[in-house]
Amino acid sequence: MADTNTNTDRSDVPTVICDDVHIVYRVNAGGGGKGSATAALSRIVGRGKAEVTRGVRKVHAVRGVTFTAYRGEAIGLIGSNGSGKSTLLRAVAGLLPTESGKVYTDGQPSLLGVNAALMNDLTGERNVILGGLAMGMSREEVRSRYEGIVDFSGINEKGDFISLPMRTYSSGMGARLRFAIAAAKNHDVLLIDEALATGDRKFQIRSEERIRELRKEAGTVFLVSHSNKSIRDTCDRVLWLEKGQLLMDGPTDEVLKAYERETAR
Amino acid sequence: MSDTQQGGAVATSAPPSVDEGLTPAALAAKYGLSVSGARPGLVEYVRELWSRRHFILAFSSAKLTAQYSQAKLGQVWQVATPLLNALVYYLIFGLILDAGRGMTKGVYIPFLVTGIFVFTFTQSSVMAGVRAISGNLGLVRALHFPRATLPISFSLQQLQQLMFSMIVLVAVAIAFGSYPSLRWLLLIPALFLQFVFNVGLAMIVARMGSKTPDLAQLMPFVMRTWMYASGVMFSIPVMLADKPAWIADVLMYNPAAVYMDLIRFSLIEGYGAENLPAHVWMTALGWALAFGIGGFVYFWKAEERYGRG
Repeated sequence: MADTNTNTDRSDVPTVICDDVHIVYRVNAGGGGKGSATAALSRIVGRGKAEVTRGVRKVHAVRGVTFTAYRGEAIGLIGSNGSGKSTLLRAVAGLLPTESGKVYTDGQPSLLGVNAALMNDLTGERNVILGGLAMGMSREEVRSRYEGIVDFSGINEKGDFISLPMRTYSSGMGARLRFAIAAAKNHDVLLIDEALATGDRKFQIRSEERIRELRKEAGTVFLVSHSNKSIRDTCDRVLWLEKGQLLMDGPTDEVLKAYERETAR
Repeated sequence: MSDTQQGGAVATSAPPSVDEGLTPAALAAKYGLSVSGARPGLVEYVRELWSRRHFILAFSSAKLTAQYSQAKLGQVWQVATPLLNALVYYLIFGLILDAGRGMTKGVYIPFLVTGIFVFTFTQSSVMAGVRAISGNLGLVRALHFPRATLPISFSLQQLQQLMFSMIVLVAVAIAFGSYPSLRWLLLIPALFLQFVFNVGLAMIVARMGSKTPDLAQLMPFVMRTWMYASGVMFSIPVMLADKPAWIADVLMYNPAAVYMDLIRFSLIEGYGAENLPAHVWMTALGWALAFGIGGFVYFWKAEERYGRG
């Protein structure tokens, strides 16, 4: 399928190297003390003892992941909920510090999150500008790409919605605009977290096309998704994470087959 | 589970052979990859921040617009809110408590209104600063930008808010007999210094608030104490006349009181230089530099740790 051209457009230049990455979340409160006043009090009194008694719980989300991604690759991340896929993406983007191990990247990877820097009370128009600037575009760049972003999102297909506040958009429309803004910039390394699951079928096809374009523009794309189909359509390599560990790393078909066998049970 | 484990984490997509055997660190060095999310040097950080200046501007004015977008009167609230605030304080302190001892009504009312607006400027910068990181974790965890962008944006939003308050303030000053004069030009350096001070303070509390979000709960009490201690609604020397002199001195040289007095002096005709402590401009500059630079460095030191879960 998508890996027909795997060997032709794939270069030997690494863009992301993960070297034995561990990530630990520290969760305040809600932990040992069940939220009652006495529990909170005993937490305060217990200060200075081990971290556990203070109600700080550690969640070891990623445990020793090592891989190298190359220029021109589109890599899918699969695994059950809570297996550490999104966390790993955030670490690659440099947004979450690693507990141990290192992430090396070429340039600054950008995370295409479904929740970007946008404000619901502002018009779509101002959000396009704000989002563009937030991603580090210059004002001129934002201005020149404005039309393209609005057209791609298809927000104006059903009337002049771009001049309305974003809170008036349906959830699908909001997601489309967010994707359109985020995909407007050419990223060296683009990280996508289940962005394709939103929007109607027509928009999904369009965004898959855009991801393939972004890939051709020499970057590396990471895609987290629970849809095996969108992984199969866009990725040529798949990392399978389970409980924070890398279970399998290989060509899409091979890994997906194993994954489907496992999940079908 | 067992049969998939047999496949293990073996990389079945054959990596290019040239680089085989290199350790990840050596491979990264060979192709010039850098550690993701490392803290840049101070100069580089300032440069990055400068390149984000348009975002800082857009973000602060977007926040300002969004603030009242659900209200029917919309942006009218930008002016109405400070006006109502001034009215409430005048009712309590001017009429009921008679806190304006030692001043004529023509001086006291602009004195009080200036005090409230100028202190609110610092107060809301601090309140926004505490939540600048902890209240925007989504943004911090989704996008890469120098984090100092956030406290600076929020302080800038408060500066824009203050500009609306200034409309009310100028109207009040004129209504009570202080007419525009060359002295009004002193407002510009005074407000600028206060802004620098506010940004620095916002960055300090932003770092503290990112580690301890509980500060947001504590801060209103700290700010209220500070407000009452800074002579927002009374003249410090007059009210503390029968107390030891050092108390009044400490209160008058605290940054909030210094900036408040400078702005009153610039604006109100009957509030002459005799009300200002000695070396007041140097003090104002000193506070601005100490907090502006100190706060910035303090904030930058933890740059790579913001947004940690």
